Order: sequence, then structure tokens, then C-alpha cells
Amino acid sequence: MLEVKGIENGIVIDHIQAGKGLKVFNRLFSATDNSVVLLMNVTSKQLGRKDIIKIENTFDVNMDILGIIDPNITVNIIKNNKLVEKLKAEIPKSLKGGLQCQNPRCITHTDDYAEPEFKLISANGKLEYECSYCEEITVYKL
Amino acid sequence: MRHLIEPEDLTIDEINRLVEVGLDMYNNPKVYNKICDGKILASLFFEPSTRTKFSFDSAMMRLGGNVIGFADASTSSTSKGESLADTIKVMGAYADIIVMRHPKEGAPKLASQYSRLPIINGGDGGHQHPTQTLTDLITIKRFKETVNGHNVAFCGDLKYGRTVHSLIRTLARFGNTKFILISPDELKLPSALKRQLINQYGVELVEVTSMEDVIDDIDILYMTRIQKERFFNEEDYLKLKNSYKLTREKLKNAKPDMIVMHPLPRVNEIGYDVDDDKRAVYFEQAEMGVYVRMALISMMLEVGPYARS
Ligand SMILES: [Zn+2]
Repeated sequence: MLEVKGIENGIVIDHIQAGKGLKVFNRLFSATDNSVVLLMNVTSKQLGRKDIIKIENTFDVNMDILGIIDPNITVNIIKNNKLVEKLKAEIPKSLKGGLQCQNPRCITHTDDYAEPEFKLISANGKLEYECSYCEEITVYKL
Repeated sequence: MRHLIEPEDLTIDEINRLVEVGLDMYNNPKVYNKICDGKILASLFFEPSTRTKFSFDSAMMRLGGNVIGFADASTSSTSKGESLADTIKVMGAYADIIVMRHPKEGAPKLASQYSRLPIINGGDGGHQHPTQTLTDLITIKRFKETVNGHNVAFCGDLKYGRTVHSLIRTLARFGNTKFILISPDELKLPSALKRQLINQYGVELVEVTSMEDVIDDIDILYMTRIQKERFFNEEDYLKLKNSYKLTREKLKNAKPDMIVMHPLPRVNEIGYDVDDDKRAVYFEQAEMGVYVRMALISMMLEVGPYARS
């Protein structure tokens, strides 16, 4: 198996459904200056195959975004080679930013003051979020 | 301080009171013609809507208040790129209450987050237009005595017509349990709304494609415009538009005390020969809109019948 050394300080985003690692990277870390490793199709007892992301010297991660991409994701925070915290993603009940309203006539597309805010309406196979401004439903597919 | 962004911002009791106060203003206008003395309504129309603007302006003037504002975004500072939040903050010093119409959906909600004045939504895109719903309710009350207990039918474009969606939802909140929906298959009521009406309010919906089948059973016939843009080809449009047109001929089978409503402007969905029929109340409906807006302005400014003792 491909060997990648552990990190001293940073986070490990684990149990990402295989194929979604790149999505996580693009949404959250495409602009980072820190070292990032994206592992794809790693063998996993639990999932069969999974993706993993390791980022050095970063401790903040938007758990809501991880939650809408894949609620099975776990996040390990590592300081001085030690696991100091383990977080579990979950489907967010509400979201600020992170999603674009699907309604082209919505005020959030044209006014900088209107930060898109959403409320979870349904998580039945697909995630349905209601925009707090125009009340249209935006679907985020799992 | 409160805002009116959508009909759900008002309780059923509050709506009932607005309708009562509005009817009293209609019957006894002199009692109320000074209650907004010294008050200013800012009427901010980022998108033109002559009818709604004049209705609000007239309402404020009939209460003895004054009006400032613009009728179209090209004459306002937004055309120079000013954000909505800034426009609204500045208005705080110029007026006592704001009515706004905006092409973007959710704009009044955004404005309310930055306003120190009460905001009334005068229509935001295809989203909400709560004072149209109040206008419809006061009209029903004036002509049918109660808001509840009538066979209400909606005819025409039930898919895109926000006026219809809003009124149906509000009537369902009032406890109306049955609606007749007359439309072509292409323009049926959206299924999400149907689900809400059935699940949340236990409403029975009767869907038909022909007015003739149901006209003798209707107490309130709410007509809407079928827009050409909704159709792929001219032929379909022309064919459909006439089958959803109300004529004197079709009225023959209707109940003698049925009323015909329409949010106006109409194009040709109601024949001009219907206007003289006493069942046609759409011009009175537009008139009642002024009075229910007067009641609303009084409520939000806490003056006249709404003054705090
Ligand atoms: Zn929106």
C-alpha cells in the first residue's frame, strides 16, 4: 500500500466516501498555502474504499460543509504528533454560506449584504435546504 | 416595531382586525382622515408597479399623511450602485414607514434586517405580495360577509400565480377546507403547495380543466391571467386562453350571488361584457385594497384604532 507519513500538526479528514475527496479539497482547501495530501481509494475495513485528506498547520475546518458532502466524515486534530480531538461530521440543520441559492431571482445573488442562509427541510436521499430570503428549496445531492 | 414580509407574519386574529378596521375606514373615511398627520410613507419601488404604488400612496394620503419615494429604480440612487441596505438605512431619517417593491426575491427580508422603520413588502419578484392577499380577504368579507365557508374556485394560471398561492394558503389558515382549481394541465397548482395544503391543513382540492363543469357550484370565482410567455407555442396559448376566459354566456349558469374577483390588470380573461354584471367585483376589489392598506399603515404606525393607550 502507498505510504504517506503522518503529520505532526494539522488535521486528518478521514472516512470520506471514495470519490468525494477531491470535492472536499476543492470546496475547502484549494486556496491553502499549507501542505496537503489527498489520498484516494484507500482500502478501508468500514467502507471498502475511502478518501483521506491531510493538511499541515491547519486546525480550522468548516464542519457544515463536510457534513453536506458526506456526514460519515471524521476529523482528527493532531498537535505534536498526538491526536487531541476527534470530530464527527453531521448533516447541518442550518447553513450560513457554503451553498448558493438555486433560485436565480434570489436577492442573495446580487446583494453583498445578503449572505445565503438555509434551513434543512428534508434529508431523505437528498438534502433540501430552504433559503431564508426567497424561501425556495435548494437541493444538495448526497 | 414589526414588518410585513409575508401573510404568515400576521396572525388570523390580526388579519381579522385589519379587515374590520379597513371596512370601517371604507364606511367612515372622515373618522380617519387625520390619524397619520405628520407621518411620512417612503414608497420605494425598485420595479415599477403603478397600481400598487398608487394604492399605497392613496392610502397614506387618505389618512392625512405624506408620501415620498420613487416609482422606478432608474430614478433612485440604486441606479448609481447603492446597496439596498444603505438606501434603507438612509430612509430611516426621512420617513416613518416604508413600503417597497423589488424585483429580487427576499429583498424586503434583507431590508428589514437593516431598517429602523417598519417595512411593508409591496411585492418581491414572484415570491410574496401580502397586501394583495389582504385586499382579497377584505373584498370577500365585504361581499360575502364571512371569509370562511364558501366554495372558492381559482381559474387560469395556478402554477406561477403567486397571488393565488398566497390567498389559498391564507384561506386554508382561516379554515377553508375545499378549493376548486380550474386550469390547463400545464398550469396546475405546484405539487409542493398541494402537498402542504393537504397535509398541513387537511384541505380537499378538486382539480378540473373546464370552467363549465363547475361554474354552478362556485361562490367565489378568482380569475387570473394566463401569460403567453408560459407557453412553448402560440397555438397552444391561443387555444387555452379562450377556454379560461369568463364570458357573460358562461355566467348564465353561475349562482346569482357568486362574486368574480381578479387581482388586475386583466388582459382578456374576463370579457368586457362581464363588467356590468353585479357579480363582477374586481374594480371594487382594487378599491378595497386602499382601505385595507390604510388599516395596515395604522397598525404598523400604531395610530388611530391601533394607538397605544
Ligand atoms: Zn434564495
